[in-house]
Amino acid sequence: MAKLKVALYWAASCGGCEIGQLQIGEKILKLVEVADIVFWPVAIDVKYKDVEAMPSKSIDVCLFNGGIRNSEQEHIAKMLREKSKVMIAYGACAYGGGIPGLANLFNKQTIFDRVYLETPSTLNNDHTVPQPKTKVPEGELNIPEFYDSVKTLRQTIDVDYVIPGCPPEERTTWLALEALISGKLPPKGTVITHNAKAVCDDCSRKRDVKKVKKFYRTFEMIPEPEICLLEQGLLCAGITTRGGCGAPCPQANMPCTGCYGPVAGVIDQGAHFLSAVASVIDSNNPEEVRKIIDDIRDPVGTFYRYSLPDSLLGRARIK
Amino acid sequence: MKRITIDPVTRLEGHGKIEIFLNDKGEVANSYFQIPELRGFEKFTEGRLAEDMPQITQRICGVCPEAHHLAATKTLDDLFHVDAPSAAKKLRELFYSSFYVTDHTTHFYILGGPDFVMGPDAPVAERNILGVIAKVGMELAGAVLKTRKQNHHIIQMLGGRAVHPVFGLPGGVSKGLNEEERKEVEQIARESVAFAQLSLKVFDDIVLKNKAYVDMVVSDAFTHRTYYMGLVDEKNKVNFYDGKVRVVDPEGKEFVKFAPREYLNHVAEHVEPWTYIKMPFLKGIGWKGFADGKDSGVFRVAPLARLNAADGMATPLAQEAYEKMYATLGGKPVHHTLAMHWARLVELLYAAERLLELSRDPEITSPTIRTIPTATPDEGVGIVEAPRGTLFHHYITDEKGVIKKANLIVATVNNAAAINMSVKKAAMNLIKPGKEITEGLLNRVEMAWRPYDPCFGCATHALSGRSPAPVYVYDSQGKLVKSLG
Amino acid sequence: MSFEPKIVGILCNWCSYAGADLAGISRKKFAPNVRVVRVMCSGRVEPAFVLKALQSGADGVLVLGCHPGDCHYAEGNYKAARRMPLLKKMLAQMGVEDERVRLEWVSASEGDRFASIVNEMTEKIRQLGPFNHNGGGANG
Ligand code: SF4
Ligand code: SF4
Ligand code: SF4
Ligand code: FES
Repeated sequence: MAKLKVALYWAASCGGCEIGQLQIGEKILKLVEVADIVFWPVAIDVKYKDVEAMPSKSIDVCLFNGGIRNSEQEHIAKMLREKSKVMIAYGACAYGGGIPGLANLFNKQTIFDRVYLETPSTLNNDHTVPQPKTKVPEGELNIPEFYDSVKTLRQTIDVDYVIPGCPPEERTTWLALEALISGKLPPKGTVITHNAKAVCDDCSRKRDVKKVKKFYRTFEMIPEPEICLLEQGLLCAGITTRGGCGAPCPQANMPCTGCYGPVAGVIDQGAHFLSAVASVIDSNNPEEVRKIIDDIRDPVGTFYRYSLPDSLLGRARIK
Repeated sequence: MKRITIDPVTRLEGHGKIEIFLNDKGEVANSYFQIPELRGFEKFTEGRLAEDMPQITQRICGVCPEAHHLAATKTLDDLFHVDAPSAAKKLRELFYSSFYVTDHTTHFYILGGPDFVMGPDAPVAERNILGVIAKVGMELAGAVLKTRKQNHHIIQMLGGRAVHPVFGLPGGVSKGLNEEERKEVEQIARESVAFAQLSLKVFDDIVLKNKAYVDMVVSDAFTHRTYYMGLVDEKNKVNFYDGKVRVVDPEGKEFVKFAPREYLNHVAEHVEPWTYIKMPFLKGIGWKGFADGKDSGVFRVAPLARLNAADGMATPLAQEAYEKMYATLGGKPVHHTLAMHWARLVELLYAAERLLELSRDPEITSPTIRTIPTATPDEGVGIVEAPRGTLFHHYITDEKGVIKKANLIVATVNNAAAINMSVKKAAMNLIKPGKEITEGLLNRVEMAWRPYDPCFGCATHALSGRSPAPVYVYDSQGKLVKSLG
Repeated sequence: MSFEPKIVGILCNWCSYAGADLAGISRKKFAPNVRVVRVMCSGRVEPAFVLKALQSGADGVLVLGCHPGDCHYAEGNYKAARRMPLLKKMLAQMGVEDERVRLEWVSASEGDRFASIVNEMTEKIRQLGPFNHNGGGANG
C-alpha cells in the first residue's frame, strides 16, 4: 500500500495542538511507518513554495489547527484544501474559533488601540501601528491583513471531519489516525471522539439532580471530591460538552470549560450551556433568580469559551 | 536591491518571515524578521473573570502553557492579596520543573538541535527530528521520548491535563500529590537528572569536540553584546518560578534588580509598522534602534541571558556545568548566541535536580494546598521565567475580580529586537557578493534565531498565524533572487 | 425611508397565543410588525431560538407565556423566567440592546395587554434601528 501523505498546519493557533500531536509519543513512529509527513512547519523544513508546487489533491489528509484571523491564514487554508483529499479541522480553534475567538467581542480597531497604543508598557509617541504594507529604504515589506473577526475553518473552506479538544487529547488524535490508517473513515462531517454523549458520561463524580441556590467562582470554595461540580454550584460545562476526553478537568477538581465542543445535535454551544445552567437554579422567584444570576459575571466568556465565532451570532456588535 | 525571503521560518512555534535585501554589489543592505500574526489577548481578556486567566492566557502559547498558567496564577495571588500555602507553591514549582525538563528537551533535540546534530549543511530532509534519531541512535532517541513522556505525565498528574493544565488558582492549586504519586515523581526525577547529564555529554561529543562547530559558535556572525535579563532568587541564583528580575550590562555588571510590581519602571515596548510584534527595551536607556552595546536599550532573555544575569545555579551538578561553560567560553558574560543551546542544557540539568529536590521535600504531599482569598481584588503583577524568557502578566480588575485591563509582555517578545539584529548580522557575515546563496547558507541565517527558541505563539499573542519562517532574498531591483520558504 | 422593525413573537399556545388571537378578533389596534411563532409553552423556548431569530434578520424577539401559576405544564414559564434574564445578560455583552429581547406574561383574556406590549416594543425598536447582525465570522 502506498504511504499516506499527511500535512499538518497551524493558523491562528497557540501551538498546543502540535504539542498534543507530539504527545502521541512512540505511536508517532508507528505513524511514520504508514505515512509520510509532507508539511509540518513546527518540525520539518518544508516551505510554502514546496506546498504550492504540489499537485492538486496530492495530500491525502490535512490536519489543520487554529482559527482564521488574517488574510494569510485564509489563503493557506484555501491552498491546503485544494491540495488535500481529506481536510480535518483539528482542535477547538479550527472547530469553533477557540479561546482566541473571544476576540470577536471586539474588533480590529479596539484590539490595535489596546495592543499598540494603550498598554502601559508601550511607548509609542508616533502612534505607529502595524500596516499590511510598509515602505522601508530597501523596498516594501508586507504582513498579512488582520481581520475584524476570527473565523472557524468551516466558515472558510469545506471541512470533512472534526477532531475536537483544546488540544485534542492523545486518545482522540489516535482514534482519528487509526481510522485514517485503516481507511475506515466515518461519514463526512463526523466529529471524531470516543463518546458522542456528554463529558458527564465519562466523569466519575456523582450526579443527583440537585439544584442550586448559589453559583460559586472557582476560587471561592473547595469542592467535595466525589460530587458533581455543577451541583456544588460551579459552572461545569460537562453536561453540554461532547465527551471523549475522559473528563480530566473535573478529576483535577476544576470545572469542564467545554473544549470538546457541543454534544451531538447542538448548533450553539453557548446557548445550550446557558440553558443548562439556568435549569439548575433553584428558585421561582424573579428577584432571587436575578440575585443568583448576578454571580455569573462573564456569560459570554463562560458559555462560549471556545466557540464564539461558531455561535449563531458569531461576534459582538461594536457600535 | 536584491531581496531574500525565508517564509515560513521552520521549526519555531509560531509564524515568522525573514526578508533580506541586497544592494547593487550583492551585499546585505538590511534584513527584517517579521511576525505576521497577532491575536490580541491584551484586549479580549477584558471582561473575563480573573480566575479564568490562567486557563485563558495559556492559549497564547501551547508550547509553554505552563509558564502562562503560573504567571497568571501568581498574578492572581497578588491581585487577590492571598498567600498560597507553602506546599502549593512547592507543587507549582515542581510542576514547573517538570515542564522545563520536557521543554528544554524538546527544544534541544527537536527544534534547535538538528542544526548541530546534523550540521547546517545536511540535506533539508534530514535536518529534523527523524534525522537526529538516525544519527544519535535509537537508544538516545528513546531516552528523549521517554523523558518527555514521563515529565508530561507529571504535568498531567498535577495540572490535570498534559497540555493546557487547569490546576492554578489564586491562593493555591486545585490538586495535590499523594505518597504513591510522589514516589513516581522521585523516580522520574532521578532518571531526568541522568538524562540531562547524558545530554550535556552528547553536546560535548558532537559540538565541543568538533572544531568547526566551536568556531561557528564563537564567530562574530553569531555574537551580540547586549544587556541580559533573568529572574534570580535572594542569592542571585537562577530561578524559574519566583524572585526578582535582574538585569546585567554587556560587561556583566548588575544594571538593575527589581520586584515584579516595579516592572513598568524598567521595561517598555517599541512599535514598528512592518511587524505585529513589539520590541521591548530597557526604559532607563531608551530605544536606540536595532543596536547592541551599552548605549542601546536592547536586552536579551532566555537560557543564556538567565545564566549571564545570575551568579550561578542553585543545584550542585548544574553549578558545575555552569562553571564549565563559562570557563570554556572565556568567562562571563557570554555573548555568543549559539551558546544558548549549551546554556539550555545547563538549565535542563538544574530543572531535573530541582525536581528531584522537591519530590523529596517532606511537605510536598501536604493536603493543605489552598487558601481561600477574602480580600477585595484590585491589581496584580506576576513574573516567571518561561523557557524562552522573562514573562510578565499584569491585570487590573473591578472589586468583583472582573478584568478591566490586562498587559502582557511575553517571553519571546523580549528577544524580538535581538532576533532581528542576530538575523541581520548573520546575513551580513554569510551572504557575500559572488558567493552562491545555498540552502545551507540560508539555514545558517535561520540558525541565528533558532537558539532564541522563538516561540511565536508567544510573540503573536497579539497577532500571528503560525508557519515556519521563510527567508526571501531580493536584489537591488526588488526581484526575488532566492527564497527558502 | 422609514424603518419597519421585524419582530419575532414566540407565543405559548395556551394563554398568550389566545391573547393575541383575542386582540385580533376584537380589532385592537396593534402594530403589524410581529411574526408569530406558536410553541406549546414558554418553557420550550430555548435560548438558541432567540439567537436564531436574531441571526435570521429579526430586529427584536418577544417571548410570551402564561402568568406565573397558570402554565399548563406547571413550571414551564418559571423555566423561561430563569433562562431569559441570563440570556439577556449574555446578549448585553454581545452588544444587543436590552429592549430587543423581551419576556412577558399574557393571558388568554389580555388582548389589550398583548396589543400594548407589541406597540410599545415596536416603537422602542423603531428608535433603536435595525439590528444589523454582522456576525458569523464576517471579514473586514
Ligand atoms: S485548539 Fe487549543 S491547543 Fe489547539 S491551537 Fe487552539 S488554543 Fe491551542
Ligand atoms: S457537570 Fe461536570 S462535574 Fe458534574 S458530572 Fe458533569 S462533568 Fe462531572
Ligand atoms: S473536561 Fe471539558 S474542558 Fe476538560 S478536556 Fe474535557 S471537554 Fe475539555
Ligand atoms: S403553557 Fe403557557 S407558559 Fe407554559
